[in-house]
Amino acid sequence: MNPKKSVSLVIMKRELASFYTSPVAYIVTGLFLVFSGILFFSTYFLVNRAELRNFFSILPVLFAFFVPALTMRVFAEEKRSGSLETLMTLPVSGVDAVVGKFLAVFIFTASMLVPTLSYVVTSVALGSPDVGSIFCGYLGALFLSAAFSAIGLFASSLTKNQIVAFFAAFTACIVLAMIDRLLVLLPAAIVGPLEFISASYHFESISRGIIDTRDLLYFLSLTVVFLGLTARTVDARRVA
Amino acid sequence: MIEIENVSRDFGSVRAVDNVSFSVQKGEIVGLLGPNGAGKTTTMRMITGFLDPSSGLIKIDGQDISADPKSSKAKIGYMPESAPLYGEMIVDDYLRYVAAVQGADAEAKVPLLASVCGLTEVMHKNIGDLSRGYRQRVGLAHSLINDPEILILDEPTSGLDPNQIIEVRNLIKEIGKTRTVIISTHILSEVEMLCDRVVIISRGKIAADSPTGELHARYGHKASLRIQVSGCTLSALTKALKNLPGVSGVSQTENETNLTAALVSISGDEDIRPNVFSLVKENGWILYEMALQRNSLEDVFRTLTTAGAES
Repeated sequence: MNPKKSVSLVIMKRELASFYTSPVAYIVTGLFLVFSGILFFSTYFLVNRAELRNFFSILPVLFAFFVPALTMRVFAEEKRSGSLETLMTLPVSGVDAVVGKFLAVFIFTASMLVPTLSYVVTSVALGSPDVGSIFCGYLGALFLSAAFSAIGLFASSLTKNQIVAFFAAFTACIVLAMIDRLLVLLPAAIVGPLEFISASYHFESISRGIIDTRDLLYFLSLTVVFLGLTARTVDARRVA
Repeated sequence: MIEIENVSRDFGSVRAVDNVSFSVQKGEIVGLLGPNGAGKTTTMRMITGFLDPSSGLIKIDGQDISADPKSSKAKIGYMPESAPLYGEMIVDDYLRYVAAVQGADAEAKVPLLASVCGLTEVMHKNIGDLSRGYRQRVGLAHSLINDPEILILDEPTSGLDPNQIIEVRNLIKEIGKTRTVIISTHILSEVEMLCDRVVIISRGKIAADSPTGELHARYGHKASLRIQVSGCTLSALTKALKNLPGVSGVSQTENETNLTAALVSISGDEDIRPNVFSLVKENGWILYEMALQRNSLEDVFRTLTTAGAES
């Protein structure tokens, strides 16, 4: 195994373990399930359609809140306590650290989605939803969580203060999640380009069952750019 | 083994480390000594690759550390001041995690270091719940896990109680027998006890660099002589003493009733006591006291760090 990869994996393992020993992670998961459940079931019987479209349409907004709540601690806490110094003076590069921590956050967010599979079960039991588009919805959710995690990690790497990290990331994510809903107020000429930066727009397009490389590329490039920026910030203490 | 060449580091407009050069030989224990804020930690952070120097070069084994930071970091075991570790982890898990990052054999290393550093009883406690002394030892175990050739410890005994200080010092002494060690401290006796060489840093500059045993001879040669006589006035005594060769100054000092006391600063290496004695005798005064006071290492430290003197 190449050594770089294994260091990231070691960091990922430690980070995941610390997620599962911290009460914040359970509170976040619990609240996420409560909110997504309320929002899913409140319209579920009213509309009388066995599908997850409603759940997926609010997912970007939910993630915009819950993903930063998970990432806020990751670097900010290490900077506050000084343990970033013990970490970065081990044979670890900025990229190793960022990749390891990103994978941990990503896996945790993905695990947060697991209980929501019960909505799928409910829908399949009560009706005949489009399983293909549900699958695409979950795939899109993974891409979405990757992008928001990267944004959250970047915000966390900029400050020692978790609250600041949370609000910075929340602001960035909520703008990406809501921008297409604000577009109705704007003239058509600027809607097109603005729509392209909207996370909800790309996410909806995936969750409708259309896997377009442009949508995937959008999320991938957000993820890579923000992880790159995070690695630079973590390393920047070393640059004069 | 470690060469630091004309290294400076700025934080904004503040120059924390200013054109520092020194080198550390293999197997040496070097103490970085200086008051708080002198630049010790910044220097150490640059050697460990946590901070890049603004200018200058740091080499380990002849290789510039910025060329391949990961392999340089792998040669160093470093413990930052006050050992910031993951408080929510238990000691055993933490050491295994560090071993995994370092690519060391955890099964062999962790129990060994646990006994070397006296951690056996606390292996299953949360690091956050440990006392400072134990946390410092976990930090020491952390820095030793990859069997580093170079050990860098930032204020390893700060915040410990006297018993813990002695334990940690003994541990460092033991470990330092086979390694190159740099420790920073502002405690003089610690340097005298542990280090082969001392580098005194003051306001970001090197104020002195000498083997610990020679520090006194090199920087502490200025001594003073305290004398007390009867039968003369202070001005007469002062005037007479000032005419002696090797005397750089005479000042008043506390005296017993009816006696005249003076403190004579000596500039050369020459022993002036015989001359002082003859002087007293010639003038018919009575000598009550004559005591040579070598400047202590504390005095040396104070002079070097307050004057910002350069060697």
